[in-house]
Amino acid sequence: MRFSYFPGCTDHSSSYEYGRSTEAVLETLGVDLVEIEDWNCCGAAATHSLNRLLSLCLPARNISKAQSAQVGPLVVPCAGCFSYLKRTEYVLQHDEAERKEIEGIVGFTYEPSLEILALMDVFLNRIGLGKIEEKVKKPLKGLKPVCYYGCALVRHPKITQLDDPENPQYLDRLMKGLGAEPVDWSYKTDCCGADLAMTYADVVKKLVGKIVSMAKEAGAHCIVTSCGLCQMNLEMRQDIGLPIFYFTELMGVAFDVKNQEKWLKKHLINPKGLLESLGLS
Amino acid sequence: MLEDRGAAFGLEGRGKRTREFALSETLLKRSDPRTLSEAIMKKLGVFICHCGVNIAGTVDVKSVAGKMGEVKDVSHSADYIYMCSEPGQQLIRDAIREKGLEGVVVACCSPSMHENTFRKAVKSEGMNPYLCEIANIREQCSWVHQKEKQKATEKAEEIILATLKKVRENEKLEAISVSINRSVLVIGGGIAGMTAALDLAEGGYEVILLEKEQALGGHMTQLSKTFPDLHPALPDLFTKAKGIEMHPGIDLHCYSEMEEVKGYVGNFELTIRKKATYVDWEKCNGCGLCIRDCPVEYVSQFERGLGVRKAIDLLYPKSVPDKPVVHRVHCRYFIDGSCRKCEEVCPEKAIRFNQEDERIGKKVGAIVVATGFDLYPREKLGEYGYGEIPDVIDGLTLERMLSVDGPTKGKIIRPSDGKVPKEMVFIQCVASRDPDRYMPYCSRICCMYTAKQAKIYKEQVPDGQPYIFYMDIRSDGKGYEEFLQKTIEEKGLLYLRGRVSRIFQDNGTVRVLGVDTLTGNMVEVAADMVVLATAVVPSDGVKDLAAKLRATVDRHGFLTEAHIKLYPVESSTKGIYLAGCGQSPKDISDTVSQASATASKIQALLSTDQLLQDPLIAFVDEHICSGCGICVEICPYEAREMDSRRGISVVHSALCQGCGACIGACPNFACELRNSSSIQTLRMMDTFV
Amino acid sequence: MEALTNMEKANKTFLEEVSKRSGEKLSLCYQCLKCTAGCPTAPNMEFRPNSIIRMIQMGKKQEVLGSSAIWFCVYCQTCGTRCPNEIHIGVLMDALREMAMEEGVHAKEKNIHLFHEAFIQSVRRGGRAHEVTMLMEYILRSRDLMKGSLIPGVKLFLKGKFPLLPSFVKGKGEIKRIFEKCKK
Ligand SMILES: Cc1cc2nc3c(=O)[nH]c(=O)nc-3n(C[C@H](O)[C@H](O)[C@H](O)COP(=O)(O)OP(=O)(O)OC[C@H]3O[C@@H](n4cnc5c(N)ncnc54)[C@H](O)[C@@H]3O)c2cc1C
Ligand code: SF4
Ligand code: SF4
Ligand code: SF4
Repeated sequence: MRFSYFPGCTDHSSSYEYGRSTEAVLETLGVDLVEIEDWNCCGAAATHSLNRLLSLCLPARNISKAQSAQVGPLVVPCAGCFSYLKRTEYVLQHDEAERKEIEGIVGFTYEPSLEILALMDVFLNRIGLGKIEEKVKKPLKGLKPVCYYGCALVRHPKITQLDDPENPQYLDRLMKGLGAEPVDWSYKTDCCGADLAMTYADVVKKLVGKIVSMAKEAGAHCIVTSCGLCQMNLEMRQDIGLPIFYFTELMGVAFDVKNQEKWLKKHLINPKGLLESLGLS
Repeated sequence: MLEDRGAAFGLEGRGKRTREFALSETLLKRSDPRTLSEAIMKKLGVFICHCGVNIAGTVDVKSVAGKMGEVKDVSHSADYIYMCSEPGQQLIRDAIREKGLEGVVVACCSPSMHENTFRKAVKSEGMNPYLCEIANIREQCSWVHQKEKQKATEKAEEIILATLKKVRENEKLEAISVSINRSVLVIGGGIAGMTAALDLAEGGYEVILLEKEQALGGHMTQLSKTFPDLHPALPDLFTKAKGIEMHPGIDLHCYSEMEEVKGYVGNFELTIRKKATYVDWEKCNGCGLCIRDCPVEYVSQFERGLGVRKAIDLLYPKSVPDKPVVHRVHCRYFIDGSCRKCEEVCPEKAIRFNQEDERIGKKVGAIVVATGFDLYPREKLGEYGYGEIPDVIDGLTLERMLSVDGPTKGKIIRPSDGKVPKEMVFIQCVASRDPDRYMPYCSRICCMYTAKQAKIYKEQVPDGQPYIFYMDIRSDGKGYEEFLQKTIEEKGLLYLRGRVSRIFQDNGTVRVLGVDTLTGNMVEVAADMVVLATAVVPSDGVKDLAAKLRATVDRHGFLTEAHIKLYPVESSTKGIYLAGCGQSPKDISDTVSQASATASKIQALLSTDQLLQDPLIAFVDEHICSGCGICVEICPYEAREMDSRRGISVVHSALCQGCGACIGACPNFACELRNSSSIQTLRMMDTFV
Repeated sequence: MEALTNMEKANKTFLEEVSKRSGEKLSLCYQCLKCTAGCPTAPNMEFRPNSIIRMIQMGKKQEVLGSSAIWFCVYCQTCGTRCPNEIHIGVLMDALREMAMEEGVHAKEKNIHLFHEAFIQSVRRGGRAHEVTMLMEYILRSRDLMKGSLIPGVKLFLKGKFPLLPSFVKGKGEIKRIFEKCKK
């Protein structure tokens, strides 16, 4: 199985854990990733705030590169990047005038056949839970995560077309497949305010505090995410020490992939203790 | 054995000669073959219902059932969780069959709930239904004494004992059958009356349709297009009106009023006054030459003051019927004997200046009141300028402007100077929802017609700005909310949430003072024109009409229904039915639905030529009646009449409603109610004292 | 209650402009407040999302473009997902910020604006975002030394999560061209 791959700017920096664990897990599953040649930033939160056209053209350049690589659907691990690429895709498909403008600026012709997929979608619907379960060596028995989807994956549902926007289940199903016992809670898609993480720390602390404390109240050991911004924000702006994993990290634990230490140690909140207490490391 | 405290002769021990006492003596002397031993039933059944916990939670039903079983002549006493349920009724039926019961008392809820249920049940076992009585131990006992269980139980026993006494002396009665007239009178030729009349005529009933104006259609004739589909009002209405005019089963009387109504359900006798039109409608061919040549013009009510009409004219162009009427107060001939132009020009020689009002008598079995509505007069609205600011108009006036064949040929213009209004204000809830000064109710149609009018306005004046002041938007009909949202989206209507405080005039503009509560800002609009969505009120003269029909109206003058939920199209008087805005404000689709519902109810009523009535009515002891006639005067239903030959008063069984007024009034104790005779009542009372 | 709004010349142009620009059907808003009820940053806005729409309908251009609300929106799209009239206030807020910038309206939330600028600058330079240069630029321009951006930045730096050197795209020229053409 081969996919075109958009790692995103934080792949080697703030989401180091996500990038490395994704690679390791996909390798275990025998999936080839072909990184988009010379990809650029998706524009992220800031661009659309100030310049709509730019926020569509930056992702469009990546789409054009993935299109010409012709290695199949484009996979995007970071929920944020995913949503900006999807947003551009939506405009390209639904607004002819804007499509022409974007095509002119970026210098390509859009082909609607290119699929843009969230990494989680690939695991569940392309590879399949069955194959994943086969690879589990160390079931995550006793681990009680809450799954946190945040904003970008599920909103706006017309654009991302991924899972239910009010009560998504993808991550929960995946966690169950790994042997964990995901806990039901009501804050799966509440916003963590990451956009204001650097400018309004107090505002963000409140939002993060609510999410983290509610996770704890639900009886969770940790939070599982798929978004670079959320993960960083949830770790950075809480003060109760609840570990925040990328879901691929937990897949790595269950698959017992090599060199996990390399990324697990990068967390601001050390998850080792939790994993050890359950005999998972 | 429980003491039977109501023994028949216990009364004699009383010293005081009260009216009751005198009465009881009279009664006891009365030669009634049923009195005492032989007629009194020996085998009675008592059935006590728990009504879940409604009764059993307060009254100790088991103990009551036990005690009742010991009362003299009670040969069966039982209790059950729900007597009205099928198994409960079965208990009663089985007991009647197995024990040969002669009378039944069911102790349960109010007789208005299940008296019929139980009477039917006993009837199915061959017992006369009037030998079954209800002892109300729920509303009159358990519900009101929840905190005094012991006393409630005692009271329940007494109520049942009293009812047992009553039932012992009940007569076997048969329903009274009355023959009926199977034709119907419909009053009001608006869309409500027209619909009811057509439905009934299609069902094969003879219909008399009475309209006070000279043509059919009511307010719908004044409307332009109608929400929610924006179909023009007139074409559909015209088809219906033509259908009525041509229908062999409909006897149409326009320009006519109800003068007198006598009788009762199934047999009403009417006197209709056909007002003089001064035109022989039989001869008139509708050519309109008279109208063309009439020299007199005066302000037209129909056009809401925007247009003029002639002294001889139609109600509106192409009206149905298309026959003119000479309006006496404006006609020169009637003023000073001059003119007679119409008479000269009429090719059919149809003008009849000497015509007089005509009275005709008719008989019908049922009556539909479909008298419709009026709008609250602008002249009474002080804060909106007392109707004196020419560019402040009401919704109906705007409808006339929007009508293609109206006074402005469909153009929206300011009445004051004919300019196209660019800043157009609509105000909703004018005189509605204002319990202090005007009408407390919601008029139900204005939210929607305002949206409709604003939409049409915006289509006609694309650079104009409509502002709509509202409290909330009520758009509960099918497709209404969608219509509204679509209109707002397409036309960019600006809704301002808040009532307008005041409207006043200032240098040719009309100033509207209000608030946009959504931003919290006070706003002032310099308007070119203002449209008031004034309250819907009952039409003029309905109170008088209702009095003639013995129907009731509420404090605003809307006709009242027998039951707002269960009998919404029946009035409180049997045989009188309601349809349309005369009952409450409603739009066309609700009006039509209600009119059709009314028509089907009447069809059910008139489906046989005999009507069965409850026999629990008054009767007169011919030997005692002195013929004083007091009862005739007192009876509110005109059910008492003097039989001049025999010199006594008789009861009209079809009219008597069993209210009992005559019984109290009769100085000779000659009147009685069937199965609630004075002696029965006295014996019941004795249980309690 | 604020000052009297004189509606003699209702300012419909602002509503039309914003509607066109954002593509949102703003007239449809019936002020149910579902948007505001779920908005994570509404408590920090001086005009809540629903009020912003009402103010646009009422033509209050200066107040809207000069508001802090338009900067506090974090584009979480909670409102747009739940609005019964399919109004995406996130998209609307984007359009309003753009308009504010074009009209030279002073950003009420200067730091949020500067942070966005710093991010875009860092992408303009190398085609990819680089945390360290971005943060440095932001901190220098905003002088927001203490408020919480620096310390966590340092923490992440110490964890080795913020590399010192940026990674650049090869096609810098392409990126430059895109930026040029998207400049309005
Ligand atoms: C401005 C305005 C706009 C409207 N627009 C719409 C719309 O777009 N869509 C919609 O669905 N509805 C609309 N309506 C409502 C609609 O007009 C009514 O629902 C409808 O007319 C009710 O019909 P009706 O027969 O009950 O009453 P009416 O139309 O009032 O008819 C009653 C008839 O009875 C006659 N009458 C009264 N008293 C007597 C008497 N004593 N004896 C004999 N005859 C009598 C009257 O002369 C009249 O002909 C609007 C109403 C207004 C005021
Ligand atoms: S229908 Fe609308 S405008 Fe008319 S009274 Fe009711 S709420 Fe007011
Ligand atoms: S949710 Fe939509 S309709 Fe409701 S107030 Fe917000 S924008 Fe308006
Ligand atoms: S998108 Fe903006 S306005 Fe809407 S809920 Fe999120 S932060 Fe609030």
